[in-house]
This record gives sequence, C-alpha cells and structure tokens, in this order.
Amino acid sequence: MKHLLSAGDLDRDEALLVLETAEKLRELADRPIKKLPTLRGRTIVNLFFEDSTRTRISFEAAAKRLSADVINFSAKGSSVEKGESLKDTALTLEAMGADAVVVRHQSSGAPHRLAHSGWIQSCVVNAGDGSHEHPTQALLDAFTMRRHLGALDGRRVAIVGDVLHSRVARSNVLLLSTLGAEVTLVAPPTLLPVGVERWTCATSYDLDAVLPKTDVVMMLRVQRERMNAAFFPSAREYSRRYGLDAARMAALPEHALVMHPGPMNRGMEISADVADSTRSVIVEQVTNGVAIRMAVLYLLLAGAGSAVDDTVPEQRRGRA
Amino acid sequence: MTEKFVLKGVRPLGGEPTDVILRDGVIAEMGAGLSGRGAQVVDAEGFILLPGLVDLHTHLREPGREDAETVETGTLAAALGGFTAVFAMPNTDPAADTAGVVEQVYRLGQEAGRCDVQPIGAVTVGRAGRQLAELGAMADSAARVRVFSDDGDCVSDAALMRRALEYVKAFDGLIAQHAQEPRLTEGAQMNEGALSATLGLAGWPAVAEEAIIARDVLLAAHVGSRVHICHVSTAGSVEILRWAKAKGYPVTAEVTPHHLLLTEELVASYDPIYKVNPPLRSAEDVAALRDALADGTIDVVATDHAPHPVEDKECEWSAAAMGMVGLETALAVVQQSMVDTGLLDWAGVADRMSTRPARIGRLAGHGCGLDVGAPANVTVYDPAASWDVDPAQLASRSRNTPYAGRTLPGRVVATFLRGHATVLDGKPQ
Repeated sequence: MKHLLSAGDLDRDEALLVLETAEKLRELADRPIKKLPTLRGRTIVNLFFEDSTRTRISFEAAAKRLSADVINFSAKGSSVEKGESLKDTALTLEAMGADAVVVRHQSSGAPHRLAHSGWIQSCVVNAGDGSHEHPTQALLDAFTMRRHLGALDGRRVAIVGDVLHSRVARSNVLLLSTLGAEVTLVAPPTLLPVGVERWTCATSYDLDAVLPKTDVVMMLRVQRERMNAAFFPSAREYSRRYGLDAARMAALPEHALVMHPGPMNRGMEISADVADSTRSVIVEQVTNGVAIRMAVLYLLLAGAGSAVDDTVPEQRRGRA
Repeated sequence: MTEKFVLKGVRPLGGEPTDVILRDGVIAEMGAGLSGRGAQVVDAEGFILLPGLVDLHTHLREPGREDAETVETGTLAAALGGFTAVFAMPNTDPAADTAGVVEQVYRLGQEAGRCDVQPIGAVTVGRAGRQLAELGAMADSAARVRVFSDDGDCVSDAALMRRALEYVKAFDGLIAQHAQEPRLTEGAQMNEGALSATLGLAGWPAVAEEAIIARDVLLAAHVGSRVHICHVSTAGSVEILRWAKAKGYPVTAEVTPHHLLLTEELVASYDPIYKVNPPLRSAEDVAALRDALADGTIDVVATDHAPHPVEDKECEWSAAAMGMVGLETALAVVQQSMVDTGLLDWAGVADRMSTRPARIGRLAGHGCGLDVGAPANVTVYDPAASWDVDPAQLASRSRNTPYAGRTLPGRVVATFLRGHATVLDGKPQ
C-alpha cells in the first residue's frame, strides 16, 4: 500500500491489518508515555485546504506519537489563498522532502490527483476530499465497532442523514461491506445520491423501521443550509423524521451503539441526551482516531509487520 | 490565380480512383489520366477526397484569451484537421455580441487565410441571458452572421428564447442552443449516475439537457423558426430529436467527436483532461449518439474545440476548466467511431462534416459537391494511416486533448482552400 485514498483500496486482509495494528497501538494511549520512535526522522505534512481542526490534530497526534516530524500546512492565510496551485504546493512539499502528505481538500479527487499526477513521490493519505471519501474515519468507525461488538460479519449498521454530501458515508459503505457488515443508508430521498442503488448496501427512507434491527446507528452531520437548497423543508421536519432522540434510541436493541463522526448538530440530527448517553461512543471515536491514524502512517511509511513488537518504546531508552 | 494542383488517383468520397485538377479556385477537371501540365502533382493513390470540412462549433478564444488560442493558431489547427471553414463561438472577452466584435473576428480569419472563419453572434448582451443582442446589426455586418448562440451558457429564459427564435426569422438566422437547464446543473462536474455518486462529484443529469431540447423544439415549431442543438450528449436527447424530426419540426443537431468515442469511466482518474461540458456520458449514450448520427437524426459532427491553457487543466477536478481541443483529431475520431464500425461511409462523413454544417450555417462556397466547377475547398485523407496523439505536436496553442497517448486512425494529407493548399503532405503551407 503506497497511498490511502479510498476505503475501497483496502481488501479484507489489508483492512484487518490496519485494525489489528491500531489495536496494538491503542494500548499506547493507556501508557504514561505515549511515544514510539518508529518514524523518527520522517516528515509528515498535514496539508489542509479546508478547516478541520479535529482531523488535523488527530493526524498530528498520531504522527508525533510515532516520533515523526510534523509540518502543518493550512491553506488559510498561506500562498494557496494567494492563488498558488495544488501542483505548486505539491512541488514545494516534495522539495522539502515530505515522506507522507495527509491531505484534506474541498474538491473530490484532489488526493487522488496528488498521488497520481507525478508531482510528488511521497505517500498520500486522504484526510477527507469533498463529498468523496474519508477513509481513516471509516477505519476508526470500524475499529470502534469491533471493540464493542467483535467481528463485524453480519452486523447491521444504519448510516443516517446527508449521504449525498457525505464522504464519511461513502468510505463506511465500502469498508464495512469489505468487513462483512450489512449497511443500510437512511435518509430522505433528496439526500441519497442518484445511483446509490448500485452501492453494496441497502437504503431506506424510514428510520423507525430500521432502528429495531440495527447493531450500530451512525448519525451524519446535516447542515442547516441544505434546507435552503430544498433538500428538506425545515430543520424541524428533518429532526422529526430523521433525528435520533431518546424515544428512537429506545427502539434500538440493548447492545446497539450510537456513533457520530462529529462535529454534531445537537438538536438537529441527534438530541443532547442521546449524544451524552451510555450508548454513545462518540468520544471514544476520537480517541480511536489517533490509533487508526498511527496505524495507517506506520503501515505506509514503515511497511508491513508488527508495529509495536519490533520497536522500542521511548521510555525504555530513558527519553520522553 | 496560377496555382494549380493535380491530385493523382484520389477516390472522391471513397469511390473509384480518378485524377482531379484544382485550378483558379475551383475543381477544374476530373477524370482518369489527367496530365495537369504545369500543375503540382499530389500523389493521392488510395487517399480519399472529401469536401473541405466545416465546423459549426469552434472556440478560437480571440479576443480575450489569446493565451489559450488565437484565430491564427486555431485556424492552423483547423486546416491540419482538414477543415476549410469554422464557425467561431462568441464566448470571447468581450463577447461577440456586437457588429464590431464579429467583424474583428471575421477580419482576423481573413488575414490568417488558412480557413474561413464565420463568426457566430451572441444571442444576448454579454451572453448574460437578459436582453437580446443586436442580432440584426451582426447579420447586416461584413461578417454576415446567421448563427447566434450563447454557447457556454443556455438561453434558459423561455420567453427570451422564444423572442430570439422569432426575431432571427427576418434574416434567415438560426439559434444554436447550449441545452443545459442551469438550476439542475449548479456546480455540476460530471454525468449524474452511479459513478458520480461513487466519485463524490456533483452530477450533471441527462434531464437538464433533455428538458431544454424538448422545450426548444416545441418553441421552434410554435414560432416557425429554426433551432440548432449544440453538442447533444444523451440517448434521451436523441429520442426527443427523433420525435421532433418525425413531426417535421425545424430542428437540427450536432454531436462532438468526443461524445462519439469517450465515456464517463475516464473521469474516475480525476484527471481534468476529461472534464467537458456537457460531460462524458455512458456507453449506452455513446451508442445512441452513433446510431443517431448514422441515421441523420443528428445532422452534423461539430468539434466544440475548446482550448485551455495548461494551468486550467493541471489542477484538481472541480477547479479545472471544461473543454477539450478537437480540430486536429475530429476526422480521425469520426473514422474510428463511425466509419471503421461500419455505421457511416465516406459520403456520409462528407455529408455530416461538410455539406450539412455549411447548409445549416448558411455558409456559401463550402460543403459543395465534388463536381467540376465547384469551389476547390477539399481535403485529401489517408484512412489507412495511423498516428499516436502527442499533445506537444498539436498546432493549437493549447494541449488539452483527451486522446494523448492514444493511437488514432487516418491522416489529413492535404487541405485546399479555394484551390490554395493550406496543408500539403500533412504539413502547414
């Protein structure tokens, strides 16, 4: 694996390798000193053309825990805002010797373009591109589900909300079906893309019919602005038909998880009491995100094999 | 005029070999064993003689975007592609919406001298879709404009479209419609379907084209004026056109070479070289377009030659410009998609790429039969050759060809404009 551009790039074995590697790296989070020397001397650039503090700090923490040098390149206030092209930005990073570029871009396919244009030699990790994909989010979601539910074969996952514009939904459909889960997308018809019937998942317009048969319900962020483009009549109507509140949560099986990729619109797609309930693993998703991103960076830059066993934790060398 | 050529052994429209003498700007003689004393001999054994190609849809970019193309470079590309006349679209800067601008473009074409440049006038002022441009003034100008289009944008206001169709009847004009319902295509990036859903690119649904075509054929019939549909791209559009033509409605239509050959799967590379408007469609659409061109439902092939500088394509998909260059590859792509597949013979190619476009655009002196006395606007083509498309070798100022690295059939050997060689042995003269 040279790049991680799409969750569809991972076959079952590769996906499991990432998840199992992350499992080992996750243990680091419970140690007092959370750092491995694995990527010392390697340079990882966080190239963010779109604001996303959450994803950026997650990648930054992951890279730093592997002792990589991290350069944060935010398009805001940079040469990009002055009209520098993606190509020139890429050539600059290449000239600085980046080993991996973690890219977030508002344009679908921009990471693909970076990886395949010949502008740079480094690994490219897609940290979310337009309404295309967000593969590390799907990996951390699967990771979180597995920690609670075990293997995902036959598990039923409902992904609810603005599927049309969601990179999280696309990556999750691809990854979860690779891992054997049965995905149902739930949304008003206006927020499902034309052609969704060809995806490896089911679709439904009726959240109440789906919930009782669901092991995981993943709520997607719905921007209020979408109602101005007539995707739905009002925030209130959306919330009534597709929002997850306590009453709906009660319809879920006992063991079911509530997830959200964040940032949440409390009161819109998810009510505050649901978000803060014991079934919600939303905060844990964030913790797991660091482990997943460590695993991805490790596997891309240090190659296959075990992440932890053949490395020496920093503290044993008496450093921090 | 003393220039004189004898084309030896050439096959008019792919028929029996003969000799053809071009002299005094006309086809002077045709027949076996012509000596053509004093004439420059063109060994055309096995080559096909076609009437000079006419492109109803070219973007020459001048004035305003001379970094992408000029009349000089665009007409050179046209001649190398076998064209003797091109219709220049008015989406320049300033837009060709006045007699002054169309006359400027017309004069630049005359000065370049490589192929006739017939300006198309904008339908509305600044192509803004609000107020009719001075269509009559453009018609009466030295450029004698007969075709009007806001190409690049749709004349989406139904009342304005109706008035435009009515108004141009006074001078036998034609509205060439870029059929794209704007509200259905806001931010559209590629054909809407399963692939756009997967790639996360905003969809350009077929219905956005078909709804405008349906409306406009009805409007044209209602007011009794001619409408021409630019770059038809969907199977549904073909069905509407077939229905309208069966009713006898005054509609004509064009298809681009790229919509006859390429499909949306290429977009999965996210390489904007494949970004074009209307977008590349499905294999079913391509098949329907080929059939429609073969049976005449679609009247003509038009290139929609759309040059863009490198930086407008060497970027992320959504930031890239839409369009492909096409003048130098058009005949090759038509051969590959229509002739080599058995859908069209060379007489059919002459009809769709010369006779009909000249007639639709009311362009005199082009698209004539290959008969003695006809203007010597002709193209000599070797269908047995093949070539690897190298963007660096294109005469166009821009390099945005989607065929880079592909092997295409055929080669334009020579192009003659009123008996003057603009291309000989594949090289500009």
